[in-house]
Amino acid sequence: MAFNINAFANPKRFMWLSALLLPWVAVITVLATAAGLYFALFDSPVDYQQGETVRIMYIHVPAATMSIAIYVSMAIASAMGLIWKHPLSDLAAKCMSPIGAAFTFLALITGSLWGKPMWGTWWVWDARLTSELLLLFLYMGHMALLNAFDDPSRGTKSAGILCIVGVINVPIIKFSVDWWNTLHQPASLMKSGGPAIHPDMLLPLGLMWLCFMGYFVLVLFIRMRSEIIASKVRALRLRQVHG
Amino acid sequence: MKRKTRRLYMVLVGLCALGAVAAIVLAALEDDIVFFFSPTEIMEKDVIPADQRIRIGGLVESGSVTKAADGVTNLFSVTDMANTIEVQYKGILPDLFREGQGVVTEGYFQGKTLLADEVLAKHDENYMPPEVAEALKKSGKWKEGEPISEALKNGHVPDDAKPAKEY
Repeated sequence: MAFNINAFANPKRFMWLSALLLPWVAVITVLATAAGLYFALFDSPVDYQQGETVRIMYIHVPAATMSIAIYVSMAIASAMGLIWKHPLSDLAAKCMSPIGAAFTFLALITGSLWGKPMWGTWWVWDARLTSELLLLFLYMGHMALLNAFDDPSRGTKSAGILCIVGVINVPIIKFSVDWWNTLHQPASLMKSGGPAIHPDMLLPLGLMWLCFMGYFVLVLFIRMRSEIIASKVRALRLRQVHG
Repeated sequence: MKRKTRRLYMVLVGLCALGAVAAIVLAALEDDIVFFFSPTEIMEKDVIPADQRIRIGGLVESGSVTKAADGVTNLFSVTDMANTIEVQYKGILPDLFREGQGVVTEGYFQGKTLLADEVLAKHDENYMPPEVAEALKKSGKWKEGEPISEALKNGHVPDDAKPAKEY
């Protein structure tokens, strides 16, 4: 194999690479957040139907996108952990789930706050909303299973299986608005024929997406690095005791 | 076969089987998953019991919105362009409610009229400034309710419709 994925499964190499990337990701995140919030709140037009309420979109849509993207990454990491037994991919899946759960929660809350003024209701049990709520439960189940066993490797295995099984929910969330009648409107961005969003509104949306993406990578790197360092400290302590 | 390869196949086969199960279950439950029925779907149903709550969705028919003699009951028709159902609703309508707008109403049938106790507004997937919507409508390139992506992609937004920089 010309490209060896195993090269990235080395914790030492990960520590080196992530230390190199962290400051850049931090700078990009801060800049994208500042610019994104400025455009989203001050320098973007109101919507022809929704008025100022449309600004909720700049949090809601990136949060919802991230909630799905993180879940897919988590499932891929879990699968690699189960199949090839890479400790680093198990660690990645473990560190991703609280971040993904936070984005899912944010998408649900902002959606609810948006639904009240626009639709006239905080919540309905339509296919899109229900499947997104299921995603939150999958994240919470993943976190709970990880810590449910005295032997951490058993927790990692069961949580990994849950995560891979739950990936079935991802296409259901994405296509729920096309397969069934829902109160939620169909996709505006990833649809055939191009986005149905005016370019002046796409700019803050893209910036906020970059901001959320940067935040995710930043927090993931920090979490994974501290887990690796913590396990090193544990190993050293054990060696001291038994040494 | 190496153990790693066997695990890989197990995961892949498991996912395919799960996907098939999910697809079959969802297809079987379609009537329970849809959030509302269109007027045509309602017409196609045999008899709807008077004590069954039902949601119908469609567009508010233009020219159909009136008030009853009591002054608080709203009367309007929901249409999917093929069939139309009359709705009575006592209460405050959502802000987005107007003729031509997508709505979802929920209630009980009394004869052929739906006595709704909830009216929710749907909004479409289009997002644009009001000036642009106005200009697109005027130029005849876009009608409310249609996707605007084609109009936006083809650069059909006229220059004089570029929103003034005062948001």
